[in-house]
Order: sequence, then C-alpha cells, then structure tokens
Amino acid sequence: MQVKSNNYTGVKKWVDERLPVFSFVEDNLTNYPTPKNLSYFWNFGSLAGITLVIMIVTGILLAMQYTANSDLAFDSVERIMRDVNNGWLLRYLHMNGAHMFFIVVYIHIFRGLYYGSYKSPREILWMLGVTILLLMMATAFMGYVLPWGQMSFWGATVITNLFSAFPIIGESIVTFLWGGFSVDNPTLSRFFVLHYLLPFAIVGVVVLHIVALHMHGSNNPLGIDVKSDGDTIPFHPYYTVKDYYGLGVFLIFYLGLVFFAPNFLGHPDNYIPADPLVTPAHIVPEWYFLPFYAILRAVPDKLMGVLLMFSAVAVLFILPWLDTHKVRSSQFRPYYKQFFWLFFVNCFVLGWVGAMPAEGIYVTISRIATAYYFIFFLVIMPLLSKFEKGRVLPSSIASSVLSDKFESAPDQSFAK
Amino acid sequence: MAKKIIENKYQESTETKIDTEKRDFLFLTTGGLAIAGGALTAWSLINTMNPAKDVLALSSTEVDLTPIDEGQSLTVMWRGKPVFIKHRTQIEIQEAREVDIDSLKHKDLDESRVKNPSWLVVLGVCTHLGCVPLGQKVGDAKGDFGGWFCPCHGSHYDTSGRIRKGPAPLNLEVPPYEFVSEEIIKIG
Repeated sequence: MQVKSNNYTGVKKWVDERLPVFSFVEDNLTNYPTPKNLSYFWNFGSLAGITLVIMIVTGILLAMQYTANSDLAFDSVERIMRDVNNGWLLRYLHMNGAHMFFIVVYIHIFRGLYYGSYKSPREILWMLGVTILLLMMATAFMGYVLPWGQMSFWGATVITNLFSAFPIIGESIVTFLWGGFSVDNPTLSRFFVLHYLLPFAIVGVVVLHIVALHMHGSNNPLGIDVKSDGDTIPFHPYYTVKDYYGLGVFLIFYLGLVFFAPNFLGHPDNYIPADPLVTPAHIVPEWYFLPFYAILRAVPDKLMGVLLMFSAVAVLFILPWLDTHKVRSSQFRPYYKQFFWLFFVNCFVLGWVGAMPAEGIYVTISRIATAYYFIFFLVIMPLLSKFEKGRVLPSSIASSVLSDKFESAPDQSFAK
Repeated sequence: MAKKIIENKYQESTETKIDTEKRDFLFLTTGGLAIAGGALTAWSLINTMNPAKDVLALSSTEVDLTPIDEGQSLTVMWRGKPVFIKHRTQIEIQEAREVDIDSLKHKDLDESRVKNPSWLVVLGVCTHLGCVPLGQKVGDAKGDFGGWFCPCHGSHYDTSGRIRKGPAPLNLEVPPYEFVSEEIIKIG
C-alpha cells in the first residue's frame, strides 16, 4: 500500500504516516482555501458549532444534578438553582444557550436562502442542515419538558397529541410515546434519555455537514464558483480571526441575556410545578416554534393542520429542486430578492400570530401568512427559476474584490 | 498428468457448474429469515416503551357519588387523566336531549352517553390537543353551551360533553364505567 507522503520530519512525520492528524488539520482548518469575500453572515456556521459544544458541556454537568422522575424533577431543578455551586449559572447558560442556538441557526438558514447556498453542488449539504434543524427541534422540545413545570407538562401534552390526528393508528402512537395513558413519569424518563442522546446524533450529522461542505468549499456573497487561487485565502489566520471576533460579539449578547435577563425568553408559568388537572390559560410554545405553531392553528381541520405544520419543515428538504435558477446569490436576482425579504418578514408575522390567541383577526392573518409561506416555496421559486433574468455575474471573486476598491458603485458595474 | 486432470476437474466444478437456482433459494431464504428475525427483535425492543403492567394495573377507580349535589361536579383521576363527573340538573338534561342531532359535529344522542341521566361521566381531556377544559368549578367559563370550554384553542362543549363549536373533532370521550351500587361507580 502506498503511504501518503507528507512534508513533516521526526515524530510529527512518524505520527502523521500512521494517523493523519497534522495533515488533516492543515487540509481542513489552517490551509483550507476559503473564498476571500465572505461577509459576517458566514460566521454563523462556526457559531452554531460552538453553541452546540456549550450546550453539551453545560448539559452533561446539569444531568449530574438533575433527577428524571415526575415526583422529583421540579425540585431537583430548584435545587440546582439554589444549592448547587454555580448551578444557577449552568442552568441559565443551558436555557439561554438553547435560545441562542435557534437564533444562530435561523440566521444561518436565512443566509443560505438569500445566497442560494443550497444549489448544486451543495444539495446534500443543505439537506443535512435541515436534518440538524429537525433534530434540534426534537431535542429542544424534550429538553423543555424536563423541568416538569406547567408549560413543560402541557407543552408535552399538546405536542404529543398532534400525533393523535393520524387516522386509525394515531391513538396507539400517542400511548406508545407516553408509555401510559397520559404524560407521566414514563414519558419524562424517556424524554430525558432522548434529550441526552440526540445532541450526540446532532454532532454526527454536523460532522457529515462539514464533510459535505469541504467537498466544494463555502459558497460566498457573490454566489460564483472559486476559479483560481487568487479567489481564496487560507482559513487560518484570516477566518479564524474573523470567527473569533464574531464569537466575542455573540458572547456579549448571549451572556448579556444570561446575567441580566435570564428569563426574558422563557415563560413564567414554567415555575409552577406540573399539574395534570389544570391547564394554563395560554399555552404558548417557545418562540422558535411559534411560526410552525401558527401554521398548525391556521387550519380548522386537525389532521390537515398537523400535516401542514410538518410540511413547513419538510418543504426545505426539496428546496434545491424547487429553485433551479442558475444564479445563486440574490444580489444578482432582483425579483427573487424582493420575494425573499417578503418571506423573511412573513416568518416574523407567523411568529407573532403564533403567540396570539387563535381568534378573530389573528386567524385571518395566520391564514394569509401560511399561504405565502407555501406559495413562496411551491409557486414563486419554480416560476422565478423559469422566468427571472439574472444580472450579469462578475467574472471572478478576485475581480469583484478589486473593482470594489476602484469603483464607487460596484453593483452597477456588474449590471452592464 | 494425474495432477492436471484434478486441476481441470476443480475448475469445472467452480466455474461451469454453478447452480444459480440453488443460490437464489439460499439467498432468499436466508435473507427472509434475517428480516423476519430482525423485525421480531426490533418489535420486542420497541414494545418495552408501551405502557408497562403496573401502569395498566392502575386502570380502575371507584367513586362515591353521595357528596355531589345536583348541579355540582367532581373531578377524579383515572389513568393519569381527569374524569369529569357531573350531577346534572333537570334543565341541563333537557338541554342536552332537545338538541337537533343533525346539527352536531359528532352525532351522538345524550341517551347513549349516560347510564343514568342525572350523572354524566366523561374524560376531562379536550379531543383537540389534550388540554383540560374549564367548567368544573363555580365561576369557570362554561362556554356558549353551558358545559365546558377549552381555553387552549377555544372548543365549546355542551351539557352532554358534546363538541358544539371550535377546533375539536370529537365529543368528550365517555370512559368505560358501571354503577356498582346506586351511589358508587367504578371507572375502568
């Protein structure tokens, strides 16, 4: 067998010939060629990875203090808050870390949507990303159940009951999920186990996500391919420094929440112990589920509502085949750009009506917003792929970086 | 010379006389058995997550009805779920029975939902997404039809626990129960 030669000497050479740790780091991190025009929107991938690590570390430490039993869970969380050394810090880091994780990942996804990062040859990269999102949603939902407060209990009840909408097998699925006839101790203990397990599944998919990314490298704000070495710079030190800076800004925001408003994004009802006999007046999911919750409630039929809500995530999987326009970046797609921003605002509208009671004007708004959510993907994207005439693309990343320096209005220079 | 013949025989048996039918048979039977064995193993593992025997054992509750006056309600727990027991007034019974059955979303006669018209026994679980409807306590919102009102997504139930308005698809479920004596019922 031919041994891959390396340029190292001594121990480094000996090790690398047996386990390619040094050449791996060099190929994938330090010398890894990266487009030279990446903006700060490209920070959110590494931020998501760092957040995942923070969640796993704080989560493992919390699991050492937490008791997954319906009689003890609530009190064990209060014990973490009051008696465990820095327990309050652990829990607030973990709780707000979940919020930050979704903020970072949603920005990451919108960036992908805006710059066409899901297009050929990055379809599988995108689909792996959607898989991560799904796993994150399941993990976050089950994590929210663990403190066994009122919102935990009733959130678990409402969400697991979604499966009862399926004809014939629905009831058996729900009983199976619960391990009983209501959300109770068996439900709590399995949710805890899965909440501990799934993050490691996420780590696995993240590794695949990065392998797929490194096949063709990062997309970039221009959305054009890297054509020569002149278009790239090594990841280290240029992007390690940029990522570090972004991390600093991220931490100010994140720790600002942890130290000054740790319960800002939470719900006070979850500090009331779970009571199977009393449903809180307003059951509202965490903010990151609100747009999907709004879609669920927009439909008067139970089964259709559930199917539509699942479709709202599922549609992302086939996105690369709905938008087949050759131009990736919205910068060169004047019409797509407008529909994209409308879609962006629409997601916030969905989130807002998802938090409102399902009556009166809110129902109407949620129906219009739900309609646009799906029309954007299923009608506008295929139509624009066919009829939109993109602007003229710059000849290379390097040339556009240079023209940035010499011309005051680079956008128009591309247009001609 | 002898050696060569053996070699030829060996080659013949491996290369020219492969019994493909036999191979297919072996492949299909082995594969089929592996799939069946795998499915059985998977099911026995998955089934551990279904309700355990101790959970199933908690499946009946006896309730003494004597302390519940006419017009009052009692909530008891059965299988981890609330059960609403309502001692209905004559007016409430009348309301439940005078409804035009064809106007209902989930058509069910009040007569078939009770064993004794004075006593309505239903699961206190909204058939939409499983919240506990209001209406058991004095001062609770009882909805537009005098029964129960679910605060989660606005379902209204009548004095027979039937869905009259809102997103819930079905009437409140009547659990299996029987009158052990005049004043005691056994749920489950």
